[in-house]
Amino acid sequence: MTTKTDVTNNELPPYRKREALNRWIISLPALSIIMLAAIGPILIMLLYSFMVKGDYGGVKLWEFSFDGWINVFFQRDIFDETLGLADAHLTIFWRSLKLSILTTLAALAFGLPTAYFIATRPKHTREIWVFLITIPFWANLLIRTFAIQEVIRNEGIINNTLLAIGIIDSPIQMLYTDGAILFGMVYVYLPLMVLPLYASIEKLDFRLVEAGYDLYATRLKVLRRIILPMIKPGMIAGCILVFIPSLGAYVTPRLLGGGKNMMLGNLIESQFGAGRNWPLGSAISITLMLLVMFALIFYVRNATRSGANHG
Amino acid sequence: MKKCKLLTTAVALALSTGISTAHAEGELNIFNWGDYTSPEMIEKFEKAYDVKVTITDFDSNDTALTKIKAGGHGFDIVVPSANYVPIFVKEGLLLEARPDLMENFKNVDEQWVNVPWDQGRKYTVPWLWGLTGVVVDTSVYDGDINTSSIFLDPPKELIGKVNVAPEKNDVMYAAIRYMGGEWCTTDKEVLKKVRDKLVEAKEKWIAMDYGTIEKFASRDYAAAYYWNGAAMRAREKNVDVRLGYPKEGFPFFMDSVGIIKDAKNVENAKLFMNFIMDPENAAMISEFAKYSNGIKGSEKFMSEELRNAPELSVPDEYKAAGGFLDSCSPETSNLYTRIWTDINK
Repeated sequence: MTTKTDVTNNELPPYRKREALNRWIISLPALSIIMLAAIGPILIMLLYSFMVKGDYGGVKLWEFSFDGWINVFFQRDIFDETLGLADAHLTIFWRSLKLSILTTLAALAFGLPTAYFIATRPKHTREIWVFLITIPFWANLLIRTFAIQEVIRNEGIINNTLLAIGIIDSPIQMLYTDGAILFGMVYVYLPLMVLPLYASIEKLDFRLVEAGYDLYATRLKVLRRIILPMIKPGMIAGCILVFIPSLGAYVTPRLLGGGKNMMLGNLIESQFGAGRNWPLGSAISITLMLLVMFALIFYVRNATRSGANHG
Repeated sequence: MKKCKLLTTAVALALSTGISTAHAEGELNIFNWGDYTSPEMIEKFEKAYDVKVTITDFDSNDTALTKIKAGGHGFDIVVPSANYVPIFVKEGLLLEARPDLMENFKNVDEQWVNVPWDQGRKYTVPWLWGLTGVVVDTSVYDGDINTSSIFLDPPKELIGKVNVAPEKNDVMYAAIRYMGGEWCTTDKEVLKKVRDKLVEAKEKWIAMDYGTIEKFASRDYAAAYYWNGAAMRAREKNVDVRLGYPKEGFPFFMDSVGIIKDAKNVENAKLFMNFIMDPENAAMISEFAKYSNGIKGSEKFMSEELRNAPELSVPDEYKAAGGFLDSCSPETSNLYTRIWTDINK
């Protein structure tokens, strides 16, 4: 990839200005799709979240109410009608948040060495490694999740192997546990962590690492003071790419967790389905989007700060 | 109401594109539960009327309702459960197709004609019916299985091995009856007991998921609260599996075929309605999904295994414990949803 497109200068010569204008025109179709397909539905969702819920799904158009939003955080007790915090929703929010953070940390822990390994291979073999990382994307997420089920269930590959070599006497319950969900999530999102990390480690100038050693820095110090600060944008990008989809994850918790404990994605789905409470579903969706937005703002602020460090 | 969500959806989508006749004159688009439509029966219909049938799966009544309400779906036929038929009618989504005037209507079993959800069958015809009961691997637990305590107060052999279908209505029904209430009750005292019981019981379950048949075969589950047809299919793969009829109360279901009001192929849809009221064709539907149909004389065309399956004939002593899942008022339904969310948190 060349760096010719890397234009951030404001004082552009006329031909570059024309080029910039052309770029806007070229990107117009994409922009209009984004406007129509992303912003439009969000506006509808916002509108719906302020309406009265329909008896059998949908909303009563133009009958406004704050119930949807109030219900996200507060609820009348089912039995004594006192208003209190929406314990159920907060529990689910917290569970999703916790799972997403754990997934991100685990993906980072596994992804960093992997990306480092790939980036330090000879140039012509790197592409093969990156290619290998993308292989899981060839198969549908659903099918991969079913494959994990096969591996970890009671008569699955792991348990059968352990039983056969006599390490355990009875199968270990792995499927339908929180550990299974975490394992599945890390597996699914790991490539999204490795790829941006690889991109930033590849650009790392290893002469700086050598210089560090020359100046008697320990390995840990080199990692902490030289490598990590320089690959920080990649780390943050990877974390964001993993964290955001984790928050809304639906299939993996459902299949590997046995559907016993709801995640945010499942909670939202149930409001549009059996719950028949579209305003609440819309309000929770928007809350989720706000969470993601805060995460992004956090990212942008951090990335620009560290980006300035090494230009 | 046979469902085995995600996997079968994927498989059925792949299969349904394969079902096609080369020079079909008309079309018919059926919106039905996943893994529920006999391909042989469809093929026979396609040949008989030179119609190309396309089947699309849904996984819950609410999904079907939402999609059809939204419009632009292109479906001609939908197969909602009994408690949803009145909602479809009330929302003006079903055509008054008058199947009661069709040629094969004489085959419909009398007990399924004057049903509360469609008096005299002016909108829908029976597809299949069954019940939600407890399914137990008797090699793990050999006590009394005709009770909801299998999943609401699991015996110690079954703790951590119970799967419960994630169906709000079916689960609430059994729990309300178990705690001594009636379906659609708004008695807060009973409902509080129901909530507490379900919260307590859930700790002892392993999962709340669809796709139970193969999990009994692999012995990942030792008990379940699930549908009788699935219980039969599980028994075929694991000889120790038995269906119990909870004496405290269990829900019956019947799914019925209706024509959607804005259907494009109304004539073909009516042909299909008439077609499935033919005993031989109804038997094919049952044979595939392992549920009973509502058509007299279809037993003659069924295999011996199906005809004699214990899962498909409720013993007389338990018949009274069963009840239909009527649609409750929107307020009651809303209350149940809140309890359900509370349980699932």
